[in-house]
Amino acid sequence: MQLRIRHVTRYDFDAPVPFGLQQLRKTPKSFRNQKVLEWTTEVTGGRKELAFEDCHRNTVELVSFEPNTDHVELVSSGIVEIADTSGIVGPHEGAVPLWLFDRETDRTAAGAGVKALLRDLPEGETLDRLHALSHLIHEAVTYETGASDPDWTAEDALKAGRGVCQDHAHVFISAARALGCPARYVSGYLMMNDREVQEATHAWAETHVDGIGWVGFDVSNGISPDARYVRVATGLDYGEAAPIIGSRTGTAGEDLSVRLEVSQQ
Amino acid sequence: MTEFFDEMTAPDGTLRAPYREIGRWFGEEDVARLRAKQREAEEVFRLSGITFNVYGKAEAEERLIPFDIIPRIISHREWQKLSRGIEQRVQAINAFLYDIYHRQEIIRAGRVPAEMIARNEAFLPQMLGVAPPGDIYTHIVGIDLVRTGPDEFYVLEDNARTPSGVSYMLENRETMLKMFPELFSATKVQAVSDYPRNLHRSLAASAPAMTEGDPTVAVLTPGIYNSAYYEHSFLADQMGVELVEGHDLRVTGGRVCMRTTQGYKPIDVLYRRVDDEFLDPLNFNPDSALGVPGIFDVYRAGGITIANAPGTGIADDKAIYSYLPDIVEFYSGEKAILQNVPTWRCADPDSLAYVLDNLTELVVKEVHGSGGYGMLIGPAASKREIAAFRAKLKARPGNYIAQPTLALSTVPIFTRSGLAPRHVDLRPFVLVSPEGVKITPGGLSRVALKKGSLVVNSSQGGGTKDTWVLED
Repeated sequence: MQLRIRHVTRYDFDAPVPFGLQQLRKTPKSFRNQKVLEWTTEVTGGRKELAFEDCHRNTVELVSFEPNTDHVELVSSGIVEIADTSGIVGPHEGAVPLWLFDRETDRTAAGAGVKALLRDLPEGETLDRLHALSHLIHEAVTYETGASDPDWTAEDALKAGRGVCQDHAHVFISAARALGCPARYVSGYLMMNDREVQEATHAWAETHVDGIGWVGFDVSNGISPDARYVRVATGLDYGEAAPIIGSRTGTAGEDLSVRLEVSQQ
Repeated sequence: MTEFFDEMTAPDGTLRAPYREIGRWFGEEDVARLRAKQREAEEVFRLSGITFNVYGKAEAEERLIPFDIIPRIISHREWQKLSRGIEQRVQAINAFLYDIYHRQEIIRAGRVPAEMIARNEAFLPQMLGVAPPGDIYTHIVGIDLVRTGPDEFYVLEDNARTPSGVSYMLENRETMLKMFPELFSATKVQAVSDYPRNLHRSLAASAPAMTEGDPTVAVLTPGIYNSAYYEHSFLADQMGVELVEGHDLRVTGGRVCMRTTQGYKPIDVLYRRVDDEFLDPLNFNPDSALGVPGIFDVYRAGGITIANAPGTGIADDKAIYSYLPDIVEFYSGEKAILQNVPTWRCADPDSLAYVLDNLTELVVKEVHGSGGYGMLIGPAASKREIAAFRAKLKARPGNYIAQPTLALSTVPIFTRSGLAPRHVDLRPFVLVSPEGVKITPGGLSRVALKKGSLVVNSSQGGGTKDTWVLED
């Protein structure tokens, strides 16, 4: 399937910002099941300083603000071709050893909530258990737009009983690691069938299963990713795969607006 | 009573060859004149402003490190063997760092367990797949050595991330040249004064490929409250480069630039004395005010060389230390020339049991500690201290290693009652660049001033000496 994507992120500041930087992970990955046919990110109110590929093979671009700008707008757009592989991403590759994905992070530390979740998990084959886990999390953490804070941990979401896709992914990663499966966070795009203008960027989890390789789990939608899912950035948790990480001087307040269009070519 | 090897006087009372000349000189000197010289030397240090801060006191206290005027002397032959061992070790450390951040062959080969890396806070995953210019991660190294016999040297630790103390090595020599010029005409001593020039050359040779013209080098300091601030400003001054703090730098034009009167100027090589965690708030600790946002991105894009490289700490971690003989053999194909002190890793239950049974005999150190803080010296500790350490060991065994108490060699210091032996160690300073390895002859000798004390750290009341390596 070919998807055409246009993702606009705009920050309006209520006072001039003397200096600011943003680290972008907004370029979809090219790998076996996904070809990036066209992709550009354009910046107004700032300029691209440099680009590199990080240890997770994410394309990272560093943007600096124009001095005293009152806005920064990032427009990423392009065409990506995706094969449906029933959620199977493929064998582990790259500079990061598989064991790193066993590592607990602050956002994915397993506490009482995750342990309680695992007690309800039936015995069985690893893959079946992971699917069961996904459903358990879907029940335990009700999807609610704007329900959580971007800094929430997996345990925060379990305690609150609500969250967004980011929280679902964190809970899944935390529980999968507790089961002994390496796991990672994926940020990306999803084409919801009934609309062109999507609500937000999406996030899901991947876990490595011996003999199969990396497998994706979208807890929020209760499925494994198919050809409507575009993988953009991966990492141990949201912190390493976030589309934008920023730092700026001054005390200006900001107004963030996002518009995302994903449609089939 | 343990017998200690004295570097000056043999058991039969005769002077060992390297010390004959200084022994003769001391015998002929007037003690009152030497006392006056000792006081004069202290005054020189006080005026130079060379101080360090002692942590863990109610108020950070600025102190002079005591200086002893009797040089510590190493023969040409002894040094040749030592420097071969140091070079082998430093090459292996860089090869290990390259491997750990790439294919991890040493883990695949089963020579270092993956958990040693996986659970280590000094391991920086962001460095995976990163190859700095010349594949050099540690450019400036200080290998701590102790001596237990005429031909027995042990490595105590490898300071691969930020070895400090080189300013003392240079100031000690300069003071001795000023105080006792006659000594240096009677004895041919290898010079150390070209260290700053070599440091600059070594850093410049490590510049990234995109450097245009002569590389611009700068020294990054956390600021005046850092215990080694004097050294940072001293080295910048001696190299003739800028001393900068995080807020002087900014990413612009894809480079890390410093503010100058002519605008922003790109830095090619940054000798940083700021720890990894605080280097870049955008990539590491977001609360750091000491670093430069985005510097790691510039590094990844090949726009700057950071010396030493981020993530170097995985090589001088005290738990990794115990694998160094294997590491040297794995990458050099030869046996390690320098010996390691036998080390018990308390993470291992059998080792922990042994350590708990023998606490009064052992030295116990924190895996990530330095500066002699948070360590237990069994033979010198009180029952209460041992009981407290036993509890700490049981609570977090993985945080500790233990070693036998070594019979550190002694050298003479000048006391009220003449020369008296005191325990000593040695930190030689090593520079690594694509042009090769350069070791300054000698290094920093740290000496315990208290009779019988085995702790030489300045923060624990140690002093320093000028260290001589004799010409052939």
